[in-house]
Amino acid sequence: MTANQATNKQTPLLEVHNLQTGFKIGKEYFNAVESVSFSINRKQIVGIVGESGCGKSVMSLSIMHLLPQGIGKIRGGEILFEGQDIVDYDEKKMNGIRGKDISMIFQEPMTSLNPVFTIGYQITEVLLNHQDITKNEARTKAVTLLKNVGIPRAEQIVDEYPHQLSGGMRQRVMIAMAIACQPKLLIADEPTTALDVTVQAQILDLLKNIQEVNDMAIMLITHDLGVVAEICDVVLVMYAGKIVERATVEELFENPKHPYTKLLMEAIPKMEEERERLATIEGLVPAIKDMPAVGCRFANRCPKAMPECMQVTPRLGESAAEHEVACLLYEESWPKEERVGAR
Amino acid sequence: MTTKELTEQNSKKKERENLLEVKNLKTYYPIHGGFFKHVVGNVKAVDDVSFTIKKGETMGLVGESGCGKSTTGRTLLRLIKPTGGQIIFDGEDITNISGSRLRKARQDFQMVFQDPYASLNPMQMVGDIIAEPILNFERRNKKELEQYVKSLLTRVGLPESAYYKYAHEFSGGQRQRIGIARALALNPKLIIADEPVSALDVSVQSQVLNLLKDLQEEFDLTYLFIAHDLSVVKHMSDTIGVMYLGNLVEVASNKDLYSEPLHPYTQALISAIPEPDPKLRKERIVLQGDVPSPANPPTGCPFHTRCPMAQEICSQEKPPLKEVRPGHHVACVLY
Repeated sequence: MTANQATNKQTPLLEVHNLQTGFKIGKEYFNAVESVSFSINRKQIVGIVGESGCGKSVMSLSIMHLLPQGIGKIRGGEILFEGQDIVDYDEKKMNGIRGKDISMIFQEPMTSLNPVFTIGYQITEVLLNHQDITKNEARTKAVTLLKNVGIPRAEQIVDEYPHQLSGGMRQRVMIAMAIACQPKLLIADEPTTALDVTVQAQILDLLKNIQEVNDMAIMLITHDLGVVAEICDVVLVMYAGKIVERATVEELFENPKHPYTKLLMEAIPKMEEERERLATIEGLVPAIKDMPAVGCRFANRCPKAMPECMQVTPRLGESAAEHEVACLLYEESWPKEERVGAR
Repeated sequence: MTTKELTEQNSKKKERENLLEVKNLKTYYPIHGGFFKHVVGNVKAVDDVSFTIKKGETMGLVGESGCGKSTTGRTLLRLIKPTGGQIIFDGEDITNISGSRLRKARQDFQMVFQDPYASLNPMQMVGDIIAEPILNFERRNKKELEQYVKSLLTRVGLPESAYYKYAHEFSGGQRQRIGIARALALNPKLIIADEPVSALDVSVQSQVLNLLKDLQEEFDLTYLFIAHDLSVVKHMSDTIGVMYLGNLVEVASNKDLYSEPLHPYTQALISAIPEPDPKLRKERIVLQGDVPSPANPPTGCPFHTRCPMAQEICSQEKPPLKEVRPGHHVACVLY
């Protein structure tokens, strides 16, 4: 093993430090993602959960440099991919990474495929852009890729158009495109939300298989805690642009700590238990313009909020510990008798 | 509660009469083609569906997209004309009524729609949206009506001031509450809720589900609850019907269906749901392929093309829905 490989093993594949992404409203920028830090190791499946508007998609678009131009902007922080900060990369440099080292699949497989080109054309496009191969070789490869993602009649489908396929098949095509160059990181933004449960099960199985075969890391963005429990290793819970809790999947479901995470879990009806009433979270997420500058962003809806929650901004520890939570109830520096753990 | 009261309550439950009876309901959409656009085929969206809903109970309909569950709901409301079969609502056959009789009957069944963004008129004040169904049927004193609408708003958990606002000023969950208030306005007996929470976030979803349950108790409502999410349906329903490709493949009580699913499709559907518990990661029954097109359904059992237990007979004969255990109906040759 060379020295280079050895360091590769230790540094995480993707490291995000204090990422801040803002959107322009009027003349001012407001942060949709506020000081988010996390890392993804090689071959790890990291789930990011949160409700709509919590900034989970904006974060993934920031990593890919796909924010809407002139409106969205990375306003601070670092995104280290294999140790390289890619925040300041220009389009040309990003094109070298996108599709090759990091690729992405989206929620709506119909709108993310081009309706006027054949499936084959769209897959070979990726291959021809990033690899030095002929058109014929690319086509053969496209057929193999389609077979790998479980598409029947791949030789014919390669010449068909997206509208001729069902939703599940389209998502398979998207996955084939995304893995064409064997990326090290796949960002999957709600990949199964538009699909039926039986098809969702197929796609999750497929993602897991590909992850194992290709040694790929996956950043899975979803609002479905069930999907997270099914395939993720580590989970980040986001609320209003911030990560409020990070834990391994077993730990998070066994021992959720943040009041938001707890409520979220009690709000979903479960199959194996009977419950008369579901937990609810009163109130609404504050609008991006009215986000409090200090204090916990969940404080106005939190059943356990204390007066201090409005004044002190809780931090998420950055240690490699199994479980970190951004909540004053658990903060070490807080008077012992007021901490939950001490009670 | 004493034992006597309990038994009384139980017997009351048993005595409950049928509010809605659906017999062999069929809804086909014609496919037009050829030079003169004549009918060249049918999409059998609902094909021979029968079930009953008792007063004050909730029937859940689950199935994947395109299985005909929404069409069933809309046909029951007579928003779509059924191709065949019978709908008996509260003792009256409403399958073929029309004109003023249909209008009058419609007071008793209302609908809550899936998309709270598309189902509310953006140009109307919320107060007017909720009052409209009432004004369709009777003249009311303006002041009185306003009072009544405001009381409905408070009942569904909105402030009275919502009366003067417009739909765009509300969040998705609040809009769904407005939709529910509108459905309640005429004091209906049956509410058909077509995917009422699938556009909402989980924390908001639970608020709306709780509200629906409270209202059911308060107004003695009967629900037909249509959704693709099995855990939501299980939470809400007394009886559950599973649909596949326009057919009802299994009907059972909430408990029976989940503890002992009989139809292979129901089994696959239940096993496909990702449980929010990593310890329960299970060997799932993963179905191959997609749902066939309802324009060209397979012969015999509609599920045999994907069924892990298919036999030869399945492709030839369509099994009828029969009662294999008390209250548990299934359409499968295995039983």
